[in-house]
Amino acid sequence: MSSISRAEAAHLARLARLDLAPDELDHLAGQLDAIADFVAKVSEVAADDIPPTSHALPMTNVFRDDVPRPGLTQEQALDQAPEAEDGRFRVPKILGEEA
Amino acid sequence: MSAELTRMTAGGLAKAISSGETSAVEVTQAHLDRIAAVDGQVHAFLHVDADGAVAAARSVDERLAAGEELSPLAGVPLALKDVFTTSDMPTTCGSKILEGWRPPYDATVTRRLRDAGVVILGKTNLDEFAMGSSTENSAYGPTRNPWDLARIPGGSGGGSSASLASYQAPLAIGTDTGGSIRQPAAVTGTVGVKPTYGGVSRYGLVACASSLDQGGPCARTVLDAALLHSVIAGHDPMDSTSIDKPVPDVVAAARRGADGDLSGVRVGVVKEFAGEGYQAGVLARFSDAVELLAKLGAEVVEVSCPHFEYALPAYYLILPSEVSSNLARFDAMRYGLRVGDDGVRSAEEVMNLTRGKGFGAEAKRRIMLGTYALSSGYYDAYYGQAQKVRTLVSRDFDAAFEQVDVLVSPTTPTTAFPIGERVDDPLAMYMADLCTIPSNLAGNASASVPCGLADEDGLPVGLHVMAPVLADDRLYRIGAAVEQAFASAWGGPLLDQVPELEVA
Repeated sequence: MSSISRAEAAHLARLARLDLAPDELDHLAGQLDAIADFVAKVSEVAADDIPPTSHALPMTNVFRDDVPRPGLTQEQALDQAPEAEDGRFRVPKILGEEA
Repeated sequence: MSAELTRMTAGGLAKAISSGETSAVEVTQAHLDRIAAVDGQVHAFLHVDADGAVAAARSVDERLAAGEELSPLAGVPLALKDVFTTSDMPTTCGSKILEGWRPPYDATVTRRLRDAGVVILGKTNLDEFAMGSSTENSAYGPTRNPWDLARIPGGSGGGSSASLASYQAPLAIGTDTGGSIRQPAAVTGTVGVKPTYGGVSRYGLVACASSLDQGGPCARTVLDAALLHSVIAGHDPMDSTSIDKPVPDVVAAARRGADGDLSGVRVGVVKEFAGEGYQAGVLARFSDAVELLAKLGAEVVEVSCPHFEYALPAYYLILPSEVSSNLARFDAMRYGLRVGDDGVRSAEEVMNLTRGKGFGAEAKRRIMLGTYALSSGYYDAYYGQAQKVRTLVSRDFDAAFEQVDVLVSPTTPTTAFPIGERVDDPLAMYMADLCTIPSNLAGNASASVPCGLADEDGLPVGLHVMAPVLADDRLYRIGAAVEQAFASAWGGPLLDQVPELEVA
């Protein structure tokens, strides 16, 4: 299996929305490569015809009664927001200025 | 009296409170005093709520005075791992990204504790988002092992285990994704139980890896763990993976085990969990425990679980994959840290900066590894293959439990290692959970109980007991039997040998 180069680690950090300093990236890239090498051991197991398990105790169709129940108030929902304005979350701009 | 109160069992404290021999307020105050005296050295707690604890204790005393019938743990103090939401205390998960966060709701575990009159003293330290085996990954500094303050108390629930071993609380709550209840119990000489997955509600438990996470009881004795287990376990409609079946009668099992008769119980020693990488003193204490089981009447055989050696690599594909998805919620928009919002930067730039600043090294490693394992082109070889190995690990358990009632192994390959030794060596750190991870993958119940001190360093060793899904009661029967037999051999519980801490 492939290894994790510094460039690939930088790509992963971008995908995962992690701003990393160059030295931090150097350090993590080496460690990730070693971990990826270790976990590749799973490929030694012949498991072509084995079904995958996604959950320890598989359950399907867990229903509840379709009745309203109280949720958070607007005040509670906004109470811990980094910033709120006019009863809403205030967030940085989503689109560029020129748009 | 105050010092004696901190040495008592939870069950003993509850009886003394309900009989009027002491009061819940007095018990709570004794533990708050102990925290003030020793936690400067141990650092088990991230937050202590003295006023809230005393108020909760007072309410128990008032209800008892009014003649109300309360739970078997009413008035007993508890240390809550800081990964369960609490409406009246911060919930940080050991992360800077949630520093000072005040959740708007209580976790189901929190609510059940309050309903039972259990007094929550505060929130305990942990590896960031419960990811680690040493509590060194906490953004708020490490917790120290009361047996040797230069060593780790296990992780991720090192705050909970250290609070018990330093007599700051008689009960604690942990969570176990790969061993985070059992491994800290082993290295501190305490008891920790990972219930069957789905046995304890995950509502309000901040997710690490949702298909593996399980809350559970931590205590100094097996019976205390059972009493706590019965308070927190049971079906919860707020968690769709919660099991809608009766909770096994763990308290009765612990009482039965204390009679010391294990005749008819079939115990399997996992062949694969020994040899290279295991400390000699750990193996020696483990074989003492196996000998003891046989002496108590159990029929001991060796059992092979050939896929267990692949459990650790499979876990480090499945867990990071789930982590990378779960931690995506920390986006700097609705709660938690926000960095660099200067009116010029975009939401995406702010998100990147916040996550870069807010997460520690291990969180970043696991997020990136999970992103890798789930990326197209690698998915089948990594995540897909790991899920197949997960099936094979479960089948190993199924086959084993056709021959035996429980499996045993050491809980962790070594005793507590020095702080700093593995902190920047992720693979060495991951080895600490070698024996505990199979039960997380398969979802069955497992526990660690003390089985002595290693000869070479005088540090605690844990006996790991694994039971089938929903057979949690077997852990308590066997745990209690081993506990009482060792206590009579040693002349008291193992924790009697923990060094006295200097009192501030």
